[in-house]
Amino acid sequence: MSQMQTQEDLARSDIDREQWLHMYEQMFKIRAFEEQVNELYQAAKMPGLAHLYIGEEAIAVGVCEALKREDYITSTHRGHGHCLAKGASVDKMFCELLGKEAGYCHGKGGSMHIADQDTGNLGANAIVGGSSAIATGAAFSSKRLGNGRVAVCFFGEGALGQGLLYESMNMAQLWKLPVIYVCENNLYNEYTHHSESTAGSMRARAEAFGIFTLEVDGQNVREVHEASRRLVERARAGEGPAFILCNTYRYLGHHVGDIAREYYRPKEEELMWRNDHDPLKMLSSWLTENKLADASIFEQIESSVQSEVLAAVEIALNAPFPAPEEVSKHVYV
Amino acid sequence: MSMSESNGRELTFGDAIREALAEELRRDPRVFMLGEDIAEAGTTFKVLNGLVEEFGKERILDTPISEPGFTGLAVGAAMTGMRPIVDIMFGDFSGLIMDQVANQAAKIHYMSGGKLNVPMVLRTTMGAGRRSAAQHSQSLHAWYSHIPGLKVVVPSTPYDAKGLMKSAIRDDNPVVILEDKMMYKTVKGPVPEEEYTVPLGVADIKREGSDITLVATSSMVYVALEAAKLLEEIGISAEVIDPRTLVPLDKQTLINSVKKTSRAMIIDEGYEQYGVTAELASVIADGAFYYLDAPVKRMGAMNVPIPFSPALEDLTIPNAKGVFEMAKSLCGK
Repeated sequence: MSQMQTQEDLARSDIDREQWLHMYEQMFKIRAFEEQVNELYQAAKMPGLAHLYIGEEAIAVGVCEALKREDYITSTHRGHGHCLAKGASVDKMFCELLGKEAGYCHGKGGSMHIADQDTGNLGANAIVGGSSAIATGAAFSSKRLGNGRVAVCFFGEGALGQGLLYESMNMAQLWKLPVIYVCENNLYNEYTHHSESTAGSMRARAEAFGIFTLEVDGQNVREVHEASRRLVERARAGEGPAFILCNTYRYLGHHVGDIAREYYRPKEEELMWRNDHDPLKMLSSWLTENKLADASIFEQIESSVQSEVLAAVEIALNAPFPAPEEVSKHVYV
Repeated sequence: MSMSESNGRELTFGDAIREALAEELRRDPRVFMLGEDIAEAGTTFKVLNGLVEEFGKERILDTPISEPGFTGLAVGAAMTGMRPIVDIMFGDFSGLIMDQVANQAAKIHYMSGGKLNVPMVLRTTMGAGRRSAAQHSQSLHAWYSHIPGLKVVVPSTPYDAKGLMKSAIRDDNPVVILEDKMMYKTVKGPVPEEEYTVPLGVADIKREGSDITLVATSSMVYVALEAAKLLEEIGISAEVIDPRTLVPLDKQTLINSVKKTSRAMIIDEGYEQYGVTAELASVIADGAFYYLDAPVKRMGAMNVPIPFSPALEDLTIPNAKGVFEMAKSLCGK
């Protein structure tokens, strides 16, 4: 009996091992992607701006790994991580960020509007909280059409200032819609600490609607993932919406150009998060401590992802811009 | 549309709209309606009376008083397989929903490079004269017409209202229909029993004439027709053209008419400043400049918030007498 359990445990830990290594790869892919975006910006090779997700990778990955390909997500201005975690390819992402024809939206969306129907990505949204009703509507369709799909709405704690979110949560709970509101609390509404903008408790906002609510360490991908699986199962079983508060940190500025940040947050705070709460380090330490992986595996993953990302940057830099005719296509169906 | 074609059947403006909705709800199970007090109450204007009995509360869905929330929910539902019809009780509430309409619904197809679309209809009201004061009387169709990606419909007759509504519901773009609330019960006209649609983007000549073109929208068509009668008495033959849809706009019918008459006046119930009248006047000035014998004139609602007192409110809306006087002087009489 005890032997069987051990075997089961071993089998389980094998699945775990593959799963966690895959998540490590996904998180590393997001980080490597974002680092390249930063370099492209600094080298003046990217038009406009971008809002980097570095530091928050565990949330996108932990949540999206609990979803099926056909499940829906809506994303934010800080959305590259969500898109990649849901299955977007790095070359089409870079192409879009550089405004190239081969990008996800033929270069018409850019960094803040990447959408990919094939992976259930209903689009990043540059209006803070702007997609909360859209995600809720996608969940409404799922319920009406009976297709079992779950919708995940990603947003930062800044969106807690938007009334639309509360209108959406109210309807989701009234109609028991399969939608999960994922609040990424990275502490700062742009350049302002949430304590200056957000009264009372964050969780209590969802709890007031009777919505099932969890709070997790958003730097710990295992914790995010276990919680997400539970919420996705609930949603699929018809038990209605959920709200998950993920405590996290944005390592870099509000956008790539936000370099001098000391007027709103000290360097020590940034270092503390990077050193003591890094999602990649936390997962690799745990895997190593539990003898599920060693340093060589991480090196392998990192070098293979890094080459994929660098190759994608090259593809995007050399890809053609859209032809002028593209400008008036897709205004209407 | 003659009486013989309709076999003598006449419907009110409101009943024609209800018939269009009922037919499309029967035709396509993905179509559903949502809004405030639309089910048992049948809307505040009673236009939807009886629909909940036939289609049930799931398809005639009463919502919380959350215009941005349920409009956004409809956008998300439209993106994921449903065909929602949103009911916004008063056009004045357009301010509440504008982010979801202008920044989301209108742009999603374009931003996603044609991957996603938003087949939804937004019904709302326009028209003053109900003694409802400044926040329940405006005609804000110019707001929607300004945004690329939306189609905008302003029907004037029961026949057009029904046929245009059916086309709007079958259209794969977001379509906004503004119904003059004063016409629901007061305007009656021929509507055939047989299935028909009216295409979006085709103007209709409501009265033929040779001396001046009166372009009029929504209830202003009746003001123009009345003015045309007065003009006839003094020997001026007025042609009355109803664009029926502002986007897409049938420019050619307007231009052709003015090429024939050499004079034009535009009448619309939206505010005159920066309004629909200005846009239509510019279309005519551009397209028929060398045929014009006089400047294109326009008449919209007065540029004041709509007052409550009947003595004041009536001054703000174009009337037949005013149109008659302006048209007469345009014709040099």
